[in-house]
Amino acid sequence: MHKDFDINIEHISKTEGHASIEINVKDSKVEDVKLKVNENKRFFTQGIRNKPFEIIPQLISRICGTCSTAHLTCNIEAIEKALGVKPSEQTMLLRKLTMYGLMIRDHAMHLYFFCLPDMFGKDSVLDFDESKNHLIEQAFEVKAAGNNLSKLIAGRAVHAIYEQIGYFSSIPKMEDVKKSINELKSVRNNVVDLIQLFYDSNFNFERQTNFVALVTDDFNFVEGKIKSFDGIIIEESDYWDYLNRVVIPYSQATGFQFEGKEYMVGALSRMNLNKDALHKDTKNELGKILNVFPSMNIYHNNLSQAIEILHSIDHSIEILESNDFKEEKKPEIKAKQGKGVGVVEAPRGTLYHMIDLDKEGKVRYGNFVIPTAQNQIKMENDIRILVSKIIDKDKHEIQHEIEKMIRAYDPCMSCASHFLKIRWK
Amino acid sequence: MKKLKVGWFSFTGCEGSIIIFIELMNENFFKWRDVIDFKYFRTFKSKNDMEDLDVAFVEGAISNYKEEEMLKQIRKNCKKLVAIGNCACTGNPSNLRNFFDSDTKQEIQFILDRFGHREKVSALSEIVKVDDSIPGCPMIEDLFLQKLKQYLKDFGVSDA
Repeated sequence: MHKDFDINIEHISKTEGHASIEINVKDSKVEDVKLKVNENKRFFTQGIRNKPFEIIPQLISRICGTCSTAHLTCNIEAIEKALGVKPSEQTMLLRKLTMYGLMIRDHAMHLYFFCLPDMFGKDSVLDFDESKNHLIEQAFEVKAAGNNLSKLIAGRAVHAIYEQIGYFSSIPKMEDVKKSINELKSVRNNVVDLIQLFYDSNFNFERQTNFVALVTDDFNFVEGKIKSFDGIIIEESDYWDYLNRVVIPYSQATGFQFEGKEYMVGALSRMNLNKDALHKDTKNELGKILNVFPSMNIYHNNLSQAIEILHSIDHSIEILESNDFKEEKKPEIKAKQGKGVGVVEAPRGTLYHMIDLDKEGKVRYGNFVIPTAQNQIKMENDIRILVSKIIDKDKHEIQHEIEKMIRAYDPCMSCASHFLKIRWK
Repeated sequence: MKKLKVGWFSFTGCEGSIIIFIELMNENFFKWRDVIDFKYFRTFKSKNDMEDLDVAFVEGAISNYKEEEMLKQIRKNCKKLVAIGNCACTGNPSNLRNFFDSDTKQEIQFILDRFGHREKVSALSEIVKVDDSIPGCPMIEDLFLQKLKQYLKDFGVSDA
Protein backbone atom coordinates (compact mmCIF):
# COMPACT_ATOMS: atom_id res chain seq x y z
CA MET A 1 0.00 0.00 0.00
CA HIS A 2 1.30 3.42 -0.91
CA LYS A 3 1.02 5.98 1.79
CA ASP A 4 0.49 9.71 1.49
CA PHE A 5 0.65 11.81 4.61
CA ASP A 6 2.03 14.96 6.14
CA ILE A 7 3.51 15.36 9.57
CA ASN A 8 3.60 18.73 11.25
CA ILE A 9 5.23 18.95 14.62
CA GLU A 10 4.43 22.44 15.68
CA HIS A 11 6.64 22.60 18.76
CA ILE A 12 9.38 20.12 19.49
CA SER A 13 9.26 19.84 23.27
CA LYS A 14 12.09 19.12 25.68
CA THR A 15 14.68 21.06 23.69
CA GLU A 16 16.17 24.49 24.17
CA GLY A 17 13.98 27.00 22.42
CA HIS A 18 11.43 26.72 19.63
CA ALA A 19 11.54 24.60 16.48
CA SER A 20 9.06 22.83 14.25
CA ILE A 21 9.21 20.16 11.56
CA GLU A 22 7.21 19.69 8.36
CA ILE A 23 7.36 16.41 6.46
CA ASN A 24 5.52 15.45 3.28
CA VAL A 25 5.23 11.82 2.24
CA LYS A 26 3.86 10.82 -1.15
CA ASP A 27 3.61 7.27 -2.52
CA SER A 28 5.50 6.09 0.58
CA LYS A 29 8.39 8.37 -0.33
CA VAL A 30 9.62 11.25 1.77
CA GLU A 31 9.29 14.21 -0.57
CA ASP A 32 10.23 17.03 1.73
CA VAL A 33 11.61 17.64 5.21
CA LYS A 34 11.75 21.10 6.72
CA LEU A 35 13.27 21.68 10.11
CA LYS A 36 12.34 25.21 11.06
CA VAL A 37 13.95 27.10 13.85
CA ASN A 38 11.26 29.43 15.14
CA GLU A 39 13.18 31.53 17.59
CA ASN A 40 12.78 35.17 16.80
CA LYS A 41 15.91 36.91 15.73
CA ARG A 42 17.21 39.61 18.00
CA PHE A 43 19.78 40.93 15.53
CA PHE A 44 22.84 40.82 17.74
CA THR A 45 25.06 40.94 14.65
CA GLN A 46 23.68 44.39 13.84
CA GLY A 47 23.18 45.35 17.48
CA ILE A 48 26.87 45.18 18.40
CA ARG A 49 28.03 47.41 15.54
CA ASN A 50 29.72 50.63 16.62
CA LYS A 51 29.56 49.64 20.26
CA PRO A 52 32.75 49.73 22.35
CA PHE A 53 34.46 46.37 22.92
CA GLU A 54 34.13 46.64 26.72
CA ILE A 55 30.38 46.00 26.67
CA ILE A 56 30.30 43.34 23.93
CA PRO A 57 30.91 40.12 25.94
CA GLN A 58 28.07 40.74 28.40
CA LEU A 59 25.72 41.72 25.57
CA ILE A 60 26.66 38.67 23.49
CA SER A 61 26.16 36.45 26.55
CA ARG A 62 22.45 37.30 26.21
CA ILE A 63 22.22 35.28 22.99
CA CYS A 64 21.51 32.22 25.05
CA GLY A 65 20.75 31.57 28.68
CA THR A 66 21.51 27.88 28.42
CA CYS A 67 25.08 28.20 27.22
CA SER A 68 25.75 31.86 27.99
CA THR A 69 29.16 31.05 29.48
CA ALA A 70 30.28 29.45 26.22
CA HIS A 71 29.35 32.62 24.31
CA LEU A 72 30.96 34.79 26.96
CA THR A 73 34.22 32.79 26.98
CA CYS A 74 34.37 32.63 23.18
CA ASN A 75 33.64 36.32 22.75
CA ILE A 76 36.23 37.36 25.34
CA GLU A 77 38.80 35.22 23.51
CA ALA A 78 37.97 36.90 20.19
CA ILE A 79 38.30 40.39 21.68
CA GLU A 80 41.56 39.49 23.44
CA LYS A 81 42.99 38.24 20.17
CA ALA A 82 41.86 41.43 18.42
CA LEU A 83 43.51 43.60 21.09
CA GLY A 84 46.60 41.45 21.60
CA VAL A 85 45.77 40.73 25.25
CA LYS A 86 47.26 37.54 26.68
CA PRO A 87 45.40 36.11 29.66
CA SER A 88 47.43 34.68 32.58
CA GLU A 89 47.81 30.97 33.22
CA GLN A 90 45.48 31.25 36.20
CA THR A 91 42.86 33.00 34.06
CA MET A 92 43.01 30.14 31.55
CA LEU A 93 42.53 27.60 34.36
CA LEU A 94 39.54 29.52 35.68
CA ARG A 95 38.09 29.60 32.16
CA LYS A 96 38.46 25.84 31.86
CA LEU A 97 36.66 25.45 35.21
CA THR A 98 33.93 27.86 34.08
CA MET A 99 33.33 25.70 31.01
CA TYR A 100 33.40 22.51 33.10
CA GLY A 101 30.70 23.94 35.39
CA LEU A 102 28.61 24.66 32.31
CA MET A 103 29.13 21.18 30.82
CA ILE A 104 28.16 19.43 34.06
CA ARG A 105 25.01 21.50 34.58
CA ASP A 106 23.86 21.68 30.97
CA HIS A 107 24.56 18.07 29.94
CA ALA A 108 22.90 16.89 33.16
CA MET A 109 19.75 18.88 32.45
CA HIS A 110 19.56 17.53 28.93
CA LEU A 111 20.26 13.89 29.78
CA TYR A 112 18.16 13.52 32.92
CA PHE A 113 15.20 15.67 31.93
CA PHE A 114 15.03 15.61 28.13
CA CYS A 115 16.42 12.15 27.24
CA LEU A 116 15.62 9.84 30.17
CA PRO A 117 11.83 10.20 29.77
CA ASP A 118 12.23 8.70 26.24
CA MET A 119 14.22 5.81 27.69
CA PHE A 120 11.57 5.05 30.32
CA GLY A 121 8.64 5.53 27.92
CA LYS A 122 7.34 8.59 29.80
CA ASP A 123 6.48 12.02 28.52
CA SER A 124 8.13 13.90 31.35
CA VAL A 125 10.28 13.64 34.42
CA LEU A 126 7.17 15.02 36.16
CA ASP A 127 5.42 11.71 35.33
CA PHE A 128 8.08 9.48 36.89
CA ASP A 129 6.68 7.38 39.74
CA GLU A 130 8.22 6.91 43.18
CA SER A 131 10.53 4.15 41.98
CA LYS A 132 12.50 6.79 40.06
CA ASN A 133 12.83 9.23 42.96
CA HIS A 134 16.38 8.07 43.59
CA LEU A 135 17.36 8.86 40.01
CA ILE A 136 15.76 12.31 40.19
CA GLU A 137 17.65 12.99 43.40
CA GLN A 138 20.87 11.99 41.65
CA ALA A 139 20.01 14.29 38.74
CA PHE A 140 19.59 17.33 40.95
CA GLU A 141 22.75 16.53 42.89
CA VAL A 142 24.81 16.43 39.69
CA LYS A 143 23.20 19.58 38.32
CA ALA A 144 23.76 21.38 41.62
CA ALA A 145 27.45 20.42 41.64
CA GLY A 146 27.83 22.01 38.19
CA ASN A 147 25.76 25.03 39.12
CA ASN A 148 27.77 25.58 42.31
CA LEU A 149 31.07 25.22 40.45
CA SER A 150 29.89 27.92 38.01
CA LYS A 151 28.87 30.15 40.91
CA LEU A 152 32.18 29.63 42.67
CA ILE A 153 34.37 30.35 39.65
CA ALA A 154 32.33 32.72 37.50
CA GLY A 155 29.81 34.26 39.91
CA ARG A 156 26.70 32.64 38.49
CA ALA A 157 25.61 29.97 36.04
CA VAL A 158 23.71 32.22 33.63
CA HIS A 159 25.36 35.43 32.37
CA ALA A 160 28.42 34.98 34.56
CA ILE A 161 29.82 38.13 36.14
CA TYR A 162 33.46 37.44 37.14
CA GLU A 163 34.80 36.44 33.72
CA GLN A 164 36.27 39.53 32.06
CA ILE A 165 38.44 40.47 29.11
CA GLY A 166 41.95 39.54 30.32
CA TYR A 167 41.15 38.40 33.89
CA PHE A 168 38.65 37.26 36.52
CA SER A 169 37.27 40.03 38.71
CA SER A 170 36.89 37.72 41.70
CA ILE A 171 39.07 34.78 42.74
CA PRO A 172 37.60 31.76 44.55
CA LYS A 173 38.39 31.42 48.26
CA MET A 174 40.19 28.28 49.37
CA GLU A 175 37.49 27.21 51.84
CA ASP A 176 34.87 27.38 49.06
CA VAL A 177 37.19 25.49 46.72
CA LYS A 178 37.36 22.67 49.29
CA LYS A 179 33.57 22.55 49.49
CA SER A 180 33.30 22.33 45.71
CA ILE A 181 35.88 19.52 45.54
CA ASN A 182 33.87 17.52 48.08
CA GLU A 183 30.62 18.14 46.25
CA LEU A 184 32.12 17.10 42.90
CA LYS A 185 33.51 13.92 44.49
CA SER A 186 30.15 13.13 46.07
CA VAL A 187 28.26 13.14 42.74
CA ARG A 188 30.85 11.14 40.80
CA ASN A 189 29.08 7.81 41.29
CA ASN A 190 25.77 9.30 40.14
CA VAL A 191 27.43 10.10 36.83
CA VAL A 192 28.93 6.61 36.54
CA ASP A 193 25.36 5.23 36.91
CA LEU A 194 24.12 7.68 34.27
CA ILE A 195 26.82 6.60 31.82
CA GLN A 196 25.82 2.96 32.35
CA LEU A 197 22.17 3.78 31.55
CA PHE A 198 23.10 5.34 28.21
CA TYR A 199 25.63 2.60 27.48
CA ASP A 200 22.94 -0.05 28.00
CA SER A 201 20.37 1.78 25.86
CA ASN A 202 19.47 0.10 22.57
CA PHE A 203 18.46 3.32 20.78
CA ASN A 204 20.19 3.31 17.43
CA PHE A 205 20.40 5.42 14.28
CA GLU A 206 23.66 5.10 12.38
CA ARG A 207 24.79 7.05 9.38
CA GLN A 208 28.24 7.90 8.09
CA THR A 209 29.13 11.55 8.38
CA ASN A 210 32.07 13.85 9.04
CA PHE A 211 32.77 15.01 12.61
CA VAL A 212 34.43 18.28 13.57
CA ALA A 213 35.65 19.53 16.97
CA LEU A 214 38.21 21.70 18.73
CA VAL A 215 40.56 19.21 20.38
CA THR A 216 43.33 19.43 23.00
CA ASP A 217 45.53 16.95 24.78
CA ASP A 218 43.65 17.36 28.08
CA PHE A 219 40.08 17.51 26.67
CA ASN A 220 39.40 21.03 27.93
CA PHE A 221 36.79 22.98 26.02
CA VAL A 222 38.66 26.25 25.62
CA GLU A 223 41.87 25.69 23.66
CA GLY A 224 43.25 23.59 20.83
CA LYS A 225 43.12 22.96 17.13
CA ILE A 226 40.12 22.12 15.02
CA LYS A 227 40.14 18.60 13.71
CA SER A 228 37.86 16.72 11.34
CA PHE A 229 37.19 13.00 11.22
CA ASP A 230 38.49 12.85 7.66
CA GLY A 231 41.87 14.11 8.84
CA ILE A 232 42.01 17.87 8.45
CA ILE A 233 43.71 19.87 11.22
CA ILE A 234 43.32 23.65 11.24
CA GLU A 235 43.98 26.67 13.44
CA GLU A 236 41.06 28.36 15.19
CA SER A 237 41.56 31.49 13.11
CA ASP A 238 41.14 29.58 9.83
CA TYR A 239 37.89 27.76 10.67
CA TRP A 240 35.69 30.14 8.71
CA ASP A 241 37.63 29.39 5.49
CA TYR A 242 36.44 25.79 5.61
CA LEU A 243 32.75 26.59 6.05
CA ASN A 244 29.97 27.32 3.60
CA ARG A 245 26.93 29.13 4.78
CA VAL A 246 23.76 27.52 3.44
CA VAL A 247 20.56 29.53 3.16
CA ILE A 248 17.52 27.82 4.64
CA PRO A 249 14.75 30.23 3.69
CA TYR A 250 12.01 28.69 5.88
CA SER A 251 14.10 28.72 9.03
CA GLN A 252 15.18 31.62 11.23
CA ALA A 253 18.56 29.89 11.44
CA THR A 254 21.21 29.32 8.82
CA GLY A 255 22.90 26.01 7.92
CA PHE A 256 26.59 25.23 7.39
CA GLN A 257 28.74 22.78 5.43
CA PHE A 258 32.36 21.89 6.19
CA GLU A 259 34.41 21.71 2.98
CA GLY A 260 31.15 21.62 1.04
CA LYS A 261 29.70 18.66 2.91
CA GLU A 262 27.35 17.85 5.76
CA TYR A 263 29.06 17.39 9.15
CA MET A 264 28.37 17.20 12.83
CA VAL A 265 29.68 19.05 15.88
CA GLY A 266 29.04 18.24 19.54
CA ALA A 267 29.86 15.69 22.23
CA LEU A 268 29.86 12.74 19.81
CA SER A 269 32.35 14.55 17.55
CA ARG A 270 34.62 15.31 20.49
CA MET A 271 34.53 11.71 21.65
CA ASN A 272 35.08 10.31 18.15
CA LEU A 273 38.08 12.59 17.61
CA ASN A 274 39.70 12.81 21.01
CA LYS A 275 38.65 10.13 23.53
CA ASP A 276 42.30 9.34 24.37
CA ALA A 277 42.65 12.81 25.91
CA LEU A 278 39.96 12.22 28.57
CA HIS A 279 41.12 12.50 32.19
CA LYS A 280 42.94 9.40 33.42
CA ASP A 281 40.42 8.83 36.23
CA THR A 282 37.60 8.95 33.69
CA LYS A 283 39.36 6.47 31.43
CA ASN A 284 40.13 4.12 34.34
CA GLU A 285 36.52 4.24 35.47
CA LEU A 286 35.03 3.55 32.04
CA GLY A 287 37.31 0.84 30.62
CA LYS A 288 35.61 -0.94 27.76
CA ILE A 289 32.75 1.55 27.49
CA LEU A 290 35.11 3.81 25.55
CA ASN A 291 35.53 1.11 22.89
CA VAL A 292 32.14 2.23 21.56
CA PHE A 293 33.93 5.18 19.92
CA PRO A 294 34.31 6.11 17.16
CA SER A 295 30.59 5.66 16.66
CA MET A 296 28.17 6.77 13.94
CA ASN A 297 25.13 6.20 16.18
CA ILE A 298 23.55 9.57 16.91
CA TYR A 299 22.23 8.29 20.25
CA HIS A 300 25.83 7.89 21.35
CA ASN A 301 25.88 11.68 21.43
CA ASN A 302 24.06 11.28 24.75
CA LEU A 303 26.49 8.64 25.99
CA SER A 304 29.27 11.07 25.03
CA GLN A 305 27.62 13.86 27.01
CA ALA A 306 27.41 11.63 30.09
CA ILE A 307 31.10 10.75 29.73
CA GLU A 308 31.93 14.45 29.37
CA ILE A 309 30.21 15.14 32.70
CA LEU A 310 32.54 12.62 34.37
CA HIS A 311 35.61 14.06 32.65
CA SER A 312 34.56 17.60 33.65
CA ILE A 313 34.25 16.46 37.27
CA ASP A 314 37.57 14.60 37.27
CA HIS A 315 39.57 17.36 35.60
CA SER A 316 37.95 20.06 37.77
CA ILE A 317 38.87 18.14 40.93
CA GLU A 318 42.46 17.92 39.73
CA ILE A 319 42.68 21.64 38.86
CA LEU A 320 41.04 22.69 42.13
CA GLU A 321 43.24 20.40 44.24
CA SER A 322 46.53 21.37 42.63
CA ASN A 323 46.25 25.17 42.42
CA ASP A 324 46.39 28.04 44.86
CA PHE A 325 44.32 30.82 43.34
CA LYS A 326 45.56 34.34 44.03
CA GLU A 327 44.34 37.85 43.32
CA GLU A 328 45.86 39.11 40.08
CA LYS A 329 46.23 42.61 38.77
CA LYS A 330 43.85 43.62 36.05
CA PRO A 331 45.89 43.83 32.83
CA GLU A 332 46.06 47.12 31.02
CA ILE A 333 43.85 46.96 27.96
CA LYS A 334 43.99 49.59 25.24
CA ALA A 335 41.68 50.04 22.32
CA LYS A 336 43.21 49.33 18.94
CA GLN A 337 42.27 48.25 15.49
CA GLY A 338 42.27 44.53 14.79
CA LYS A 339 40.43 41.29 14.14
CA GLY A 340 40.26 38.39 16.55
CA VAL A 341 38.82 34.88 16.46
CA GLY A 342 37.63 32.91 19.47
CA VAL A 343 36.72 29.23 19.27
CA VAL A 344 35.46 27.11 22.16
CA GLU A 345 33.62 23.84 22.46
CA ALA A 346 30.16 24.76 23.73
CA PRO A 347 28.04 21.90 25.15
CA ARG A 348 26.48 21.44 21.70
CA GLY A 349 29.69 21.80 19.70
CA THR A 350 32.21 24.11 18.10
CA LEU A 351 31.41 27.78 18.63
CA TYR A 352 33.18 30.46 16.55
CA HIS A 353 33.20 34.22 17.15
CA MET A 354 35.07 36.74 15.00
CA ILE A 355 35.23 40.36 16.13
CA ASP A 356 36.60 43.17 14.00
CA LEU A 357 37.41 46.39 15.90
CA ASP A 358 38.20 49.88 14.61
CA LYS A 359 41.00 52.02 16.06
CA GLU A 360 38.73 53.32 18.84
CA GLY A 361 37.92 49.76 19.81
CA LYS A 362 34.39 49.89 18.44
CA VAL A 363 32.94 46.89 16.62
CA ARG A 364 33.03 47.17 12.86
CA TYR A 365 31.77 43.66 12.23
CA GLY A 366 31.08 40.42 14.06
CA ASN A 367 30.74 36.94 12.61
CA PHE A 368 29.38 34.02 14.60
CA VAL A 369 28.99 30.30 13.88
CA ILE A 370 26.70 28.40 16.21
CA PRO A 371 26.79 24.63 16.92
CA THR A 372 23.11 23.91 16.28
CA ALA A 373 23.23 25.78 12.97
CA GLN A 374 26.18 23.60 11.91
CA ASN A 375 24.15 20.47 12.66
CA GLN A 376 20.98 21.62 10.96
CA ILE A 377 21.69 20.03 7.54
CA LYS A 378 22.65 16.69 9.07
CA MET A 379 19.57 16.77 11.29
CA GLU A 380 17.29 17.26 8.27
CA ASN A 381 19.03 14.51 6.31
CA ASP A 382 18.73 12.16 9.29
CA ILE A 383 15.03 12.87 9.65
CA ARG A 384 14.50 12.14 5.95
CA ILE A 385 16.26 8.78 6.19
CA LEU A 386 14.68 7.88 9.52
CA VAL A 387 11.17 8.50 8.16
CA SER A 388 11.82 6.39 5.04
CA LYS A 389 13.01 3.53 7.27
CA ILE A 390 9.95 3.53 9.50
CA ILE A 391 7.36 4.69 6.98
CA ASP A 392 5.07 1.70 7.70
CA LYS A 393 4.62 2.65 11.33
CA ASP A 394 1.72 4.81 12.39
CA LYS A 395 2.06 8.55 12.23
CA HIS A 396 2.12 9.03 15.97
CA GLU A 397 5.00 6.63 16.36
CA ILE A 398 6.94 8.23 13.47
CA GLN A 399 6.48 11.61 15.09
CA HIS A 400 7.77 10.33 18.41
CA GLU A 401 10.82 8.73 16.77
CA ILE A 402 11.65 12.01 15.03
CA GLU A 403 11.40 14.03 18.21
CA LYS A 404 13.45 11.46 20.08
CA MET A 405 16.21 11.66 17.48
CA ILE A 406 16.21 15.47 17.44
CA ARG A 407 16.56 15.44 21.22
CA ALA A 408 19.62 13.18 20.89
CA TYR A 409 21.33 16.12 19.17
CA ASP A 410 20.44 18.42 22.08
CA PRO A 411 19.78 21.34 19.73
CA CYS A 412 19.64 24.90 21.05
CA MET A 413 17.29 26.99 18.96
CA SER A 414 17.90 30.24 20.84
CA CYS A 415 21.50 30.14 19.73
CA ALA A 416 20.82 28.89 16.26
CA SER A 417 18.67 31.77 15.17
CA HIS A 418 20.36 34.85 16.40
CA PHE A 419 23.12 35.50 13.94
CA LEU A 420 21.30 35.26 10.66
CA LYS A 421 22.47 37.78 8.15
CA ILE A 422 21.69 36.28 4.80
CA ARG A 423 20.26 37.92 1.75
CA TRP A 424 17.41 35.95 0.31
CA LYS A 425 16.52 36.77 -3.27
CA MET B 1 -4.65 17.86 47.35
CA LYS B 2 -4.98 21.32 45.88
CA LYS B 3 -2.11 22.47 43.69
CA LEU B 4 -1.10 25.81 42.24
CA LYS B 5 -1.78 25.66 38.49
CA VAL B 6 1.25 27.16 36.80
CA GLY B 7 2.39 27.82 33.25
CA TRP B 8 5.84 28.88 32.07
CA PHE B 9 6.01 30.66 28.71
CA SER B 10 9.13 31.75 26.83
CA PHE B 11 9.00 34.43 24.15
CA THR B 12 11.83 36.36 22.47
CA GLY B 13 14.88 36.25 24.69
CA CYS B 14 17.70 34.02 25.84
CA GLU B 15 15.56 31.77 28.04
CA GLY B 16 17.99 32.27 30.88
CA SER B 17 15.34 32.63 33.56
CA ILE B 18 13.87 29.20 32.90
CA ILE B 19 17.39 27.84 33.40
CA ILE B 20 17.47 29.58 36.79
CA PHE B 21 14.04 28.10 37.55
CA ILE B 22 15.34 24.61 36.71
CA GLU B 23 18.45 25.26 38.85
CA LEU B 24 16.18 26.27 41.74
CA MET B 25 14.60 22.83 41.40
CA ASN B 26 17.90 21.33 42.61
CA GLU B 27 16.75 22.25 46.12
CA ASN B 28 13.01 22.44 45.63
CA PHE B 29 11.81 19.81 43.12
CA PHE B 30 10.17 17.33 45.48
CA LYS B 31 8.56 20.09 47.51
CA TRP B 32 7.22 21.80 44.38
CA ARG B 33 6.04 18.57 42.75
CA ASP B 34 3.57 18.16 45.62
CA VAL B 35 2.14 21.68 45.49
CA ILE B 36 2.52 22.81 41.87
CA ASP B 37 0.69 21.51 38.82
CA PHE B 38 3.01 22.34 35.90
CA LYS B 39 0.21 22.61 33.35
CA TYR B 40 2.25 24.34 30.68
CA PHE B 41 5.96 23.64 30.71
CA ARG B 42 7.33 22.81 27.25
CA THR B 43 10.86 22.42 28.46
CA PHE B 44 9.82 19.37 30.47
CA LYS B 45 6.86 17.84 28.62
CA SER B 46 5.07 17.58 25.26
CA LYS B 47 1.44 17.56 26.46
CA ASN B 48 0.71 21.06 27.66
CA ASP B 49 -2.49 22.82 28.61
CA MET B 50 -2.75 26.55 29.14
CA GLU B 51 -6.37 26.76 30.26
CA ASP B 52 -7.39 27.99 33.67
CA LEU B 53 -3.98 28.81 35.11
CA ASP B 54 -3.54 30.39 38.51
CA VAL B 55 -0.18 31.92 37.63
CA ALA B 56 1.48 32.40 34.24
CA PHE B 57 5.19 33.12 34.38
CA VAL B 58 6.21 34.79 31.14
CA GLU B 59 9.82 35.40 30.10
CA GLY B 60 11.01 37.15 26.96
CA ALA B 61 9.83 40.20 25.02
CA ILE B 62 7.18 40.25 22.30
CA SER B 63 8.64 40.45 18.81
CA ASN B 64 6.08 39.06 16.37
CA TYR B 65 2.30 38.99 15.93
CA LYS B 66 2.06 35.32 16.80
CA GLU B 67 3.65 36.00 20.17
CA GLU B 68 1.36 38.97 20.73
CA GLU B 69 -1.70 36.79 20.08
CA MET B 70 -0.39 34.04 22.36
CA LEU B 71 0.30 36.54 25.15
CA LYS B 72 -3.30 37.79 24.93
CA GLN B 73 -4.49 34.18 25.14
CA ILE B 74 -2.37 33.61 28.22
CA ARG B 75 -3.83 36.74 29.81
CA LYS B 76 -7.37 35.41 29.26
CA ASN B 77 -6.45 32.07 30.77
CA CYS B 78 -4.64 33.09 33.94
CA LYS B 79 -5.44 34.84 37.17
CA LYS B 80 -1.98 36.32 37.68
CA LEU B 81 0.45 37.15 34.91
CA VAL B 82 4.04 37.61 36.05
CA ALA B 83 6.73 39.18 33.84
CA ILE B 84 9.97 37.27 34.35
CA GLY B 85 13.40 38.76 33.60
CA ASN B 86 14.42 42.04 32.00
CA CYS B 87 13.21 41.22 28.47
CA ALA B 88 9.65 40.64 29.67
CA CYS B 89 9.78 43.56 32.12
CA THR B 90 11.43 46.17 29.88
CA GLY B 91 12.01 44.64 26.44
CA ASN B 92 15.77 45.07 26.82
CA PRO B 93 18.04 43.64 25.40
CA SER B 94 15.74 41.73 23.00
CA ASN B 95 14.63 45.10 21.67
CA LEU B 96 18.01 46.05 20.14
CA ARG B 97 16.35 46.55 16.77
CA ASN B 98 14.02 49.25 18.13
CA PHE B 99 17.08 51.52 18.28
CA PHE B 100 18.65 50.77 14.88
CA ASP B 101 19.30 53.63 12.47
CA SER B 102 17.30 53.70 9.26
CA ASP B 103 20.00 51.95 7.17
CA THR B 104 20.21 49.03 9.59
CA LYS B 105 16.43 48.89 9.83
CA GLN B 106 16.27 48.62 6.07
CA GLU B 107 18.89 45.86 6.10
CA ILE B 108 16.78 43.63 8.35
CA GLN B 109 13.33 44.58 7.05
CA PHE B 110 13.00 41.54 4.75
CA ILE B 111 13.44 39.21 7.72
CA LEU B 112 10.89 41.12 9.74
CA ASP B 113 8.43 40.82 6.85
CA ARG B 114 9.15 37.16 6.19
CA PHE B 115 8.56 36.04 9.76
CA GLY B 116 5.68 38.33 10.70
CA HIS B 117 7.50 40.59 13.09
CA ARG B 118 5.90 43.59 14.74
CA GLU B 119 7.22 47.04 14.06
CA LYS B 120 8.89 47.09 17.45
CA VAL B 121 9.81 44.69 20.20
CA SER B 122 7.70 45.30 23.31
CA ALA B 123 7.71 44.59 27.01
CA LEU B 124 4.69 42.55 28.14
CA SER B 125 3.04 45.49 29.88
CA GLU B 126 2.79 47.39 26.58
CA ILE B 127 0.37 44.71 25.37
CA VAL B 128 -1.45 43.20 28.37
CA LYS B 129 -1.98 43.91 32.04
CA VAL B 130 0.93 42.56 34.08
CA ASP B 131 0.22 41.76 37.73
CA ASP B 132 3.74 41.34 38.97
CA SER B 133 7.35 41.60 37.79
CA ILE B 134 10.53 39.75 38.65
CA PRO B 135 13.33 41.66 36.92
CA GLY B 136 16.97 40.70 36.52
CA CYS B 137 19.03 39.23 33.74
CA PRO B 138 18.52 36.42 34.51
CA MET B 139 15.67 36.88 37.04
CA ILE B 140 16.62 37.48 40.68
CA GLU B 141 16.40 34.06 42.34
CA ASP B 142 15.39 35.15 45.83
CA LEU B 143 12.67 37.42 44.56
CA PHE B 144 11.21 34.58 42.51
CA LEU B 145 11.20 32.23 45.51
CA GLN B 146 9.58 34.89 47.65
CA LYS B 147 6.82 35.57 45.09
CA LEU B 148 6.16 31.90 44.47
CA LYS B 149 5.72 31.37 48.20
CA GLN B 150 3.29 34.27 48.27
CA TYR B 151 1.23 32.80 45.41
CA LEU B 152 1.10 29.39 47.08
CA LYS B 153 -0.35 31.17 50.10
CA ASP B 154 -2.69 33.51 48.20
CA PHE B 155 -4.23 30.65 46.24
CA GLY B 156 -4.73 28.61 49.40
CA VAL B 157 -2.31 25.86 48.48
CA SER B 158 -0.01 26.21 51.46
CA ASP B 159 0.22 28.54 54.43
CA ALA B 160 4.01 28.49 54.53
